[in-house]
Amino acid sequence: MRIGVVTFPGSLDDRDAQRAVRLAGGEAVALWHGDHSLDGVDAIVLPGGFSYGDYLRCGAIAAHSPIMSEIIDAANAGMPVLGICNGFQILVEAHLLPGGLVRNDHGDFICRDQKLRVENTSTAWSSGFQTGQEITIPLKNGEGGFIADQETINRLEGEGQVAFRYLEVNPNGSMNDIAGISNAAGNVVGLMPHPEHATEEGFGPDTTLAMRSGTDGLTFFTSVIQSSLLARA
Amino acid sequence: MPKAVLLDPQGKAVTGALHRLGKEHISEVRIGKRFELTVDEVTPELLEEARVLGEEIFANLVIEDVVSVTAL
Repeated sequence: MRIGVVTFPGSLDDRDAQRAVRLAGGEAVALWHGDHSLDGVDAIVLPGGFSYGDYLRCGAIAAHSPIMSEIIDAANAGMPVLGICNGFQILVEAHLLPGGLVRNDHGDFICRDQKLRVENTSTAWSSGFQTGQEITIPLKNGEGGFIADQETINRLEGEGQVAFRYLEVNPNGSMNDIAGISNAAGNVVGLMPHPEHATEEGFGPDTTLAMRSGTDGLTFFTSVIQSSLLARA
Repeated sequence: MPKAVLLDPQGKAVTGALHRLGKEHISEVRIGKRFELTVDEVTPELLEEARVLGEEIFANLVIEDVVSVTAL
């Protein structure tokens, strides 16, 4: 499966996302924000970072970059799209996902290994998890507080579009402890924590077994590869 | 402007600084953004265009409000 990773000016985690795709068994395809070509990819990752220096609002300028018109069309046609951190902010600004992300309620940038509960395993990027599974992946953001009006929150909760929820600590003041959501179809997923940083032993979060051995993030990428194989079969 | 219900950490920090300067009678500071667009001549159509840009690009109405669009 060919998975495109878009690089915007100021993207930081594009290389890690490409690596995660390869570790999951996919082919990583580097895409450039200024192009109008998706290079025939089967899925897309919008990586973390600080596109356009977070000017205007986090993700706002990137959401209007040339490649986004193709990504919006592809996402609406069902292509799996994962937005991680700044990528989540871009998806929200592009109106592919509802709500908004605001400055952490405590005012500080936060970087920690974050425990999450997988709430919905029917999305393209979470199908390899068990419902209710608890996972740990890194979180690092300054503006990660998820907000939406009450009607939107009720819809997200009612329709099962809350895909991931913070456990034990709400690190940024997100409403309902929401860490990540999906669109109604389940092909577009955005979350603030970083699955791509927990895909290889030696470089992931600490576990009870060994330091830096956590690879819970790998399942995001194997999920999308697996679900595309099933769709083809 | 950030919506009134949202925390405005910048405004909160400035409020704290004012209080340390003895300005306790100022109970709250909120900080927003101002965009100045330059055109040859302001027409009602351009003002309307600025209004649309304000709501669609300059502000995210989920988290912010456009409070004023005027010709300078």
